[in-house]
Amino acid sequence: MSIELGLFYVAAGISLVSTVMSVTRYNASHALIYLIISLLASAIIFYMVGAPFAAVLEIVIYAGAIMVLFVFVVMMLNLGTAGTAQEHIWLKPGMWVIPSLLTLVLLAEITYVLAAGSHALAGEVVDPKAVGIRLFGPYVLAVEIASMLLLAGLVGAYHLGRGYLSERRRFDRGRG
Amino acid sequence: MEPVSVAVVVPMEHGLLLAAVLFSIGLISIMVRRNIIFILMSLEIMLNACGLAFIVAGAHWGVPDGQVMFMLILSIAAAEVAVGLGLLLQAHNRLRNLDIDDASKMRG
Repeated sequence: MSIELGLFYVAAGISLVSTVMSVTRYNASHALIYLIISLLASAIIFYMVGAPFAAVLEIVIYAGAIMVLFVFVVMMLNLGTAGTAQEHIWLKPGMWVIPSLLTLVLLAEITYVLAAGSHALAGEVVDPKAVGIRLFGPYVLAVEIASMLLLAGLVGAYHLGRGYLSERRRFDRGRG
Repeated sequence: MEPVSVAVVVPMEHGLLLAAVLFSIGLISIMVRRNIIFILMSLEIMLNACGLAFIVAGAHWGVPDGQVMFMLILSIAAAEVAVGLGLLLQAHNRLRNLDIDDASKMRG
């Protein structure tokens, strides 16, 4: 077994371990940290099998945008009860040591893969140009449908969130 | 047998197995957990596992279709999580907790 293939199994193991850890946590913020590590491991796997564009999208959109939405909502819901004491409880060393170790392993792995010449594992690399040509050629109807789906999501999120914010404002005004 | 060219490529079966295991973890979690945040996170895990399966299969045949499907899955996940988190805020506002079983006691 070559060392590059071993790196794939290490990333797969990190992905599995962090996913299991994320669904077994009681605290939502801890679970989110493990979920982000799982997504980063998936991004490295994407890069190693020869899909660099998908790896970038996984980090930028999944681990970036979607997980930040989750973190925003978790922080927003905790506003009532959280204080500095709660923060101290969350930031115990036992809580952040394991995620940091997993992330360091992933960092070493991506450094090795990048230094050893890109795509050591890939049979063939599918570059973003081919993806774009295919996306706006045969799949252009799917792109249109996805845009309508995103518009529907935008309108739905605005509608649901607006009701929450206006009620919250009324609640705060009545209290203060 | 050509051990040289075959040995370095990630076996597709192992990638698909990883995707299946991740999907199963998400599915089990969505049935076990009763917190709405964890249910949404399990949905993300399952969607990500689907994307992983598409990418691995697309890479095996060297076609860009897998990455195209992954992008569509990404847009689905983004729309789903935006609406889902809006619903979560509303549920927290009305029910004062995040237990999904409380939502079954609603009368319309």
